[in-house]
Amino acid sequence: MDEARILAAENLSLRFGGVRALSDVSFSVRPGEIFSIIGPNGAGKTSMVNCISGRYRPSEGRVIFQGQDITRMGANRRAALGLGRTFQNLALFGHMSVLDNIMVGRHHLMKSGFARGMLYWLGGAEREEVLHRRAVEEIIDFLEIAHVRKAPAGTLSYGLRKRVELARAVAVNPKLILLDEPMAGMNLEEKEDMARFIIDLNQEWGMTVLMIEHDMGVVMDISHRVMVLDFGRKLAEGAPAAVLADPQVRRAYLGEADDVTAEA
Amino acid sequence: MALAPAGEFHASYRADMTIMPTRNSRRALLLGIVLLCFAPLVLGRYELGLLINIGFMGIAALGLNILVGFTGQISIGHAAFFGVGAFLSAYLHERFHIPVILCIPLAGLGTALVGLVFGLPAARLKGLYLAIATLAAQFILEDFFARAQWFTGGVSGRMTEAVELFGIRFDREESYFYIVLAFTIIMFVMAANLMRTRDGRALIAVRDHYLSAEVMGINLAYYRTLSFAISSFYAGIAGALYAHYLFFVSVEAFNILFSIQFLAMVIIGGLGSVMGSLMGAAFMVLMPEGVQALADMLAGGWIDRTLKLGASISFLREMAIGAAIIIFLVFEPDGLAHRWKQIKAYWKLYPFSH
Repeated sequence: MDEARILAAENLSLRFGGVRALSDVSFSVRPGEIFSIIGPNGAGKTSMVNCISGRYRPSEGRVIFQGQDITRMGANRRAALGLGRTFQNLALFGHMSVLDNIMVGRHHLMKSGFARGMLYWLGGAEREEVLHRRAVEEIIDFLEIAHVRKAPAGTLSYGLRKRVELARAVAVNPKLILLDEPMAGMNLEEKEDMARFIIDLNQEWGMTVLMIEHDMGVVMDISHRVMVLDFGRKLAEGAPAAVLADPQVRRAYLGEADDVTAEA
Repeated sequence: MALAPAGEFHASYRADMTIMPTRNSRRALLLGIVLLCFAPLVLGRYELGLLINIGFMGIAALGLNILVGFTGQISIGHAAFFGVGAFLSAYLHERFHIPVILCIPLAGLGTALVGLVFGLPAARLKGLYLAIATLAAQFILEDFFARAQWFTGGVSGRMTEAVELFGIRFDREESYFYIVLAFTIIMFVMAANLMRTRDGRALIAVRDHYLSAEVMGINLAYYRTLSFAISSFYAGIAGALYAHYLFFVSVEAFNILFSIQFLAMVIIGGLGSVMGSLMGAAFMVLMPEGVQALADMLAGGWIDRTLKLGASISFLREMAIGAAIIIFLVFEPDGLAHRWKQIKAYWKLYPFSH
C-alpha cells in the first residue's frame, strides 16, 4: 500500500446495531484506474461507497482521500475535495430541468451567494452562470443528452436519467468518481454506451473511477482492478483475471461453475 | 418541455437564461406594468386599495413560497413575521427618525434576523415537527406583540407615518399604489433571479432530494436556515408596506388565521412558482369581493331569505376560503400557475392539441 493511492480505506468496519455491514475492510485505489467492487447482494458494497462519500460514518477505521483523513468530514464538504458520486436508485432533482440538475453539480465551484444571485446583473452572478453553463454544455455534449436539456428530470426514461445523474456527478469536477451500479436496469445498448462513457471519463477526462457493478462482463472488461466483498468481508483484490481465478471467490460469489465466463 | 414559438432562437447562453423566455412574454409583461402605471388615473380608491393589498400580500406569499414551495419546508407562523416587519418599520421611524422609505427595507432585514433565529430549528427539523416549531414561533411572537408595549403599543396598537419622498406624501391610494408597485416588481424580479442562480438551485435541490444535494456539496443546514431568513425578509417588507398603508398597526391582526391565509395563497397560486404567489394573493384578495358580489346579487331572493346571507356574509367569506383550499388541493394541486401554463399551451397548439 506504499504505492501511489488516491483513496484508501483502512480497517473499515460499519455496524448497524448487531448487524455488521462491513468488517475490517482495507483497500486502496490508485490514481487513474478503474476500480470495481463486486459481491453478492448485501455484501456491503453500497455501505462502503456510503462511508467514502460521507453518508455513513464508519464505526471503526479510516477513509483517506489524497492523503487527508476524511472519515469524519461532512458529506457536503467532500465535493470540494474532488469526490463525486452517483446513486444506485435514481436520486435526481425530479422537478428541475436536466440543465439545472447538472448545474447543481457546479455548486461548490461557484461563488455567487443568494444576494448576488438576487441582483443577477449587478454582482457578476450572470457572468458566472454563463461560465459554468459552458462547462455544463460540454458535459451534456459528451453524454449525448442535449435533446432533453430543458426537460424536467423526473419525466425522462430510466436510461436517460442514469445518464443525467452521471452528468451531474461529472459536473462536480471530481478526481475520484464513485458510481453505484451505473448500469443497473439497462438494456445491452445502454450498457455499452455507459461503458464507453466510463472509459472516456477515465482516459480522456482523467478521472479515477470506483464502481460497483453486477454485470460481470462489463466489470471484467473495463476494470483495472477488482475487489470482492462478501458478508462485509474482503475476499480478494487484484486484476480481474486473478480475482476470477481465486477459488474462494468462485465458491462464494460465482458458484462452482466450470466455465466462469459463461456467468457473464 | 418548454414550447417555444417558431422563430424564437436563443443564440447565446445569456439569452437562454432570461426570466421571460420569449420576446412576446417580455412585451406582455412590460405592457402590463405600463398599464398598471395608469391605473390610478382610471380606477377608484377602493379598487386601488385592492391592488395595493394584492401587491404586499403577493410579496409575503412569495416569501412563504420560497420556504414552502421551493425549499420544501413548512411554516405556520408567516403572519407573525409579517407583523414583525410592520411593527419594526413603524418603530424604526418613530424612534430613530429614519425616513419611512428606508424603514421598509430595514424592517425586511430585521425580520430576516428574527426569522433566522426561529429558523435555526429548521436546520434539523422537517415536516410535521417543523410545522409545530413554527406554530410555536407564531404564538411566541404574538405573545411578544401583546406584551412589548414599547415596540407595538400593546393592545392600543401603534400609529404609523406615511412614506415621504422628494416632498411628496404617499398617503393616498393614488400615490401609495406606486410605492407598492415598485416594491412588488423589485421583490419578484429578485426572487426570479434567485431561482435561476446557484443558491436558488440549491434550495430546490434540498427540496427534491436532500441526500444527493449534500453529495453535490450543498450544506443542508445552511440552506434550510437561509430559506427561513429569506422568507422572513419578504414577510417583513410586506408587513412594512402594510403598516404604512393603513397608518395603524394593531396586535390582533397577525394571528394564526392570517398565517393559514398565506399558506392558502401559496397552495392556490402554485407551490414552487414565483408568479403563482402573485396569482394566489390576487385570488385570496379578490375572492371575498366575489362572495360579496354574489351575496348582493342574490339579495332579496329566496336563497337569501332561507340562508340569511346578508347577516352571515363574514362567515361565508371564511368558508369560501376553506372551500377554495380544498377544491384546489383536490382538483388543481399545482395551483393557478400550472393552470395558466396549460391554457398557454392549449392556445399555442390550437387546434392541433395532440
